[in-house]
Amino acid sequence: MPGTSINLGLAHASDRLLVWAVVAYALAMLGYAAEFAFDRRARSQVSRRAGVVAVGLTVLGWALHVGSVTTRGLSVHRVPWGNMYEFSSMVSLVAVTVFLVLLTRQQVRFLGLFVMAPVVLYLGLAGTVLYANAGPLVPALNSYWIKIHVVAAITASGAFMVSGVVTVLYLLKSRWERRALSLGPGAAAAVEVGTPPTESVPSVRRGGLMAWLPDSGRLDRLAYGVVTFAFPIWTFAIIAGAIWAEQAWSRAWGWDPKETWSLITWLAYAAYLHARATAGWRGHRAAVLSLIGFGCLMVDYYVVNTVITGLHSYAGIS
Amino acid sequence: MTDLADSAVASPDESTALSTAPAPPQQPVRGIARTARYGWRRLTSMRTALLLLSLLALAAIPGTVLPQRGLNPVKVDDFLASHPHLGPLLDRLSLFDVFAAPWFAAIYLLLFISLIGCLVPRIRLHARALRRRPPHAPRNLLRLSISQQWTTDDTARDVAERCGRLLRGERWRVDVHDEPDGAVTVAAEKGYLRETGNLVFHVSLVVLLAGIALGGLFGYKGTVLVVQGQAFANVRSSYDIFQPSRLYSDSSLSPFSFTLQKFTAAYQPDGTPRSFDARVGYQSRPGAPVTTSDVQVNHPLYAAGANVYLVGHGYALHIQVRDAHGRLVYDRDTPFLPDTSMFASHGVVKVPDGLPHQFGLTGFFYPTYVATPAGPDSAYPAPRDPVLLLAAWRGDLGLDRSAQSVYSLPVASLHHIANAQLSPGESWRLADGTRVSFVGVDQWATFQVAHDPGKKLMLAAAVFIVAGLMLSLRIRRRRFWIRARPAPDARRTVVEAAGLARSDSERFTADFADLVQRFGAPTATEED
Ligand code: HEM
Repeated sequence: MPGTSINLGLAHASDRLLVWAVVAYALAMLGYAAEFAFDRRARSQVSRRAGVVAVGLTVLGWALHVGSVTTRGLSVHRVPWGNMYEFSSMVSLVAVTVFLVLLTRQQVRFLGLFVMAPVVLYLGLAGTVLYANAGPLVPALNSYWIKIHVVAAITASGAFMVSGVVTVLYLLKSRWERRALSLGPGAAAAVEVGTPPTESVPSVRRGGLMAWLPDSGRLDRLAYGVVTFAFPIWTFAIIAGAIWAEQAWSRAWGWDPKETWSLITWLAYAAYLHARATAGWRGHRAAVLSLIGFGCLMVDYYVVNTVITGLHSYAGIS
Repeated sequence: MTDLADSAVASPDESTALSTAPAPPQQPVRGIARTARYGWRRLTSMRTALLLLSLLALAAIPGTVLPQRGLNPVKVDDFLASHPHLGPLLDRLSLFDVFAAPWFAAIYLLLFISLIGCLVPRIRLHARALRRRPPHAPRNLLRLSISQQWTTDDTARDVAERCGRLLRGERWRVDVHDEPDGAVTVAAEKGYLRETGNLVFHVSLVVLLAGIALGGLFGYKGTVLVVQGQAFANVRSSYDIFQPSRLYSDSSLSPFSFTLQKFTAAYQPDGTPRSFDARVGYQSRPGAPVTTSDVQVNHPLYAAGANVYLVGHGYALHIQVRDAHGRLVYDRDTPFLPDTSMFASHGVVKVPDGLPHQFGLTGFFYPTYVATPAGPDSAYPAPRDPVLLLAAWRGDLGLDRSAQSVYSLPVASLHHIANAQLSPGESWRLADGTRVSFVGVDQWATFQVAHDPGKKLMLAAAVFIVAGLMLSLRIRRRRFWIRARPAPDARRTVVEAAGLARSDSERFTADFADLVQRFGAPTATEED
């Protein structure tokens, strides 16, 4: 019978593993920072080594993280995403996974610092503020549609998180480029240095972090690429949720706050995709829409669960 | 830095536009017909779609912040009571019924009108594009951002034909043209499914809306309480609550029925629910064979023409009342309504006939009885130590007057006789000889029966929405041209190649380099 007993040993192991995962991620973050810092001081050998070590630490952290959610699931004999703490842990895990998968396909090591920082912060918050003891699920959450629905929602959210990070970088970089261009040819040269034609790690002598980042066009396309991965999954998550709601509550859609905010998030990202195809909206106006979409996602998870309560407060029947 | 491919989307140039997205409307001109046409083009433009999408998202927000009648009418009343000035104003703006508000409907209807208006020409354009040959090569291929030039000893025709063959083998659509100056061009295109997927996606959104409308116009919904051992037949009078839709007619009630054979509830040690199971014997129509099935919280009964959901449960107490001569005047499983999550419940018994006076009982039931300083209570939802507290009343039950709840007695106008505390199996003899017996504890379940004729359509639309979206976002639309021209010395051939991709020029740059290498181009580094 699911949820009849809780294996406390495994539950502790899960917590311990998460702490070690956060430590590994934090060290990886330092590694990525060192990669940038040494590159700036023209020590490209050291820089490259720091980058490789950072990726190694990221993979290690990822493995510990996978161990943490697995033991959590085993300890309660169910899928490990029944409350906000477990959910946040899963979303960060997906974000790290998306980053690692991107690494195998493109030169995106520059993202390491910017993915690790929010992940460490997020896991820190999840482990302290949102932490909930291991426990079983109420009957309304016991369905295979919820598994499908939640897996899809978590996957999309983790990817949206990565695209959000890249979008912020895009906005910063494009503002920096515009300012540099308006400052004259000398500054424009720095921009050129920051935008190497090849995809190799940019090596920078002048300019700071901004110059080190790839050009804004590439960041924009990278963010878009991740959204085009996440958006259909989010769409599917909403549909799976509606099918589940139809079985559990006899209506597919009831304008419950959680449902409504998922739709608002979806509409915001749909607006972003449209904006990219609309004259006058491409570029940073579209990027702002994408960030608004991510903001709606955060509202959906945290504000709706804690401040606005609906059926999704997991009350079950009775 | 925007790449050429991206900016080409809005350009009206045939050969470089890779989407049927509508071009931005031109400046307004005078005249009614022209104004109307301009307005229509405006409404069906990408900018308007973008605006309406954002507006719809924005308009939904108050519906999640303010209490909504459709979700929780009690909270709305509370809000109105505590905000006597602001409340009625918000109410006038339909802010407590956002999702049924006229302004909300106006936004999504406009959005869908815009969508349909935008889709019709796009479908026509795309249907034509599907039949048309790839667009001719632009005059100057080397001006495109992805392009390369090299020379070869092969003749222009050989180069063109070899390229054409290779491209066709990789499922490009290919045309070979001879140009007047002796050049031979190859025009190739692939990824038409992207636009097809995009159109399927948008059309499915319209179909989804149609499915929703269908359910809203022809469906019905009802709730019924069934005590263990009793039956429900799907006729309107069986329902405790019945909500028909606007165009509903009684003929859409299919004649199924079911009996609640057994209800089982399981709880955690702390009393939170773990599982509920209502075993029912179901008949699709009178005379049909009975099949048993388990209705659970996430597992409705898919009856003929409607779904049956388990939505609640409680205790039904088997109570008997005998007169002074021992004749049975009341013998029924009486449903009690739960008041707490531990199922402390209340209920009444009404005996209008068979006794010298009309007789009634009000009762409180505790499945696991505990005495607390605040009074009796229940400590656990399962019947571990069931106790029934009863009060007996005599007088006019008022049954012939207005409609009355079956869960309350008009005690103010009744005469109180006595109180008692009973466990299952115990009886209570009143002074006048009337005997009340608490025979046993049974259970009831409430079911919601819902018929939604738009559901299948909605499900199909949902499948196509996801499929269309995947095609639209994953498939890459590409164009590729080659122009092979005899060099001025006529001995060698100059080959120019160019490609066009949307939003993923990085990846296409690599693919392009691959392609031209196979056509005999030197690698990019040698060239540069
Ligand atoms: C119910 C409202 C709508 C929703 C939810 C919606 C959603 C979407 C989404 C998610 C995409 C991205 C797919 C892609 O980029 O290929 C898209 C693309 C597109 N939509 Fe819509 N849309 C809606 C209404 C409209 C309307 C009214 C128009 C007419 C102007 C329109 C025209 C387009 C076009 C042309 C594209 C392709 C953009 C491109 O070429 O990248 N959509 N839509």
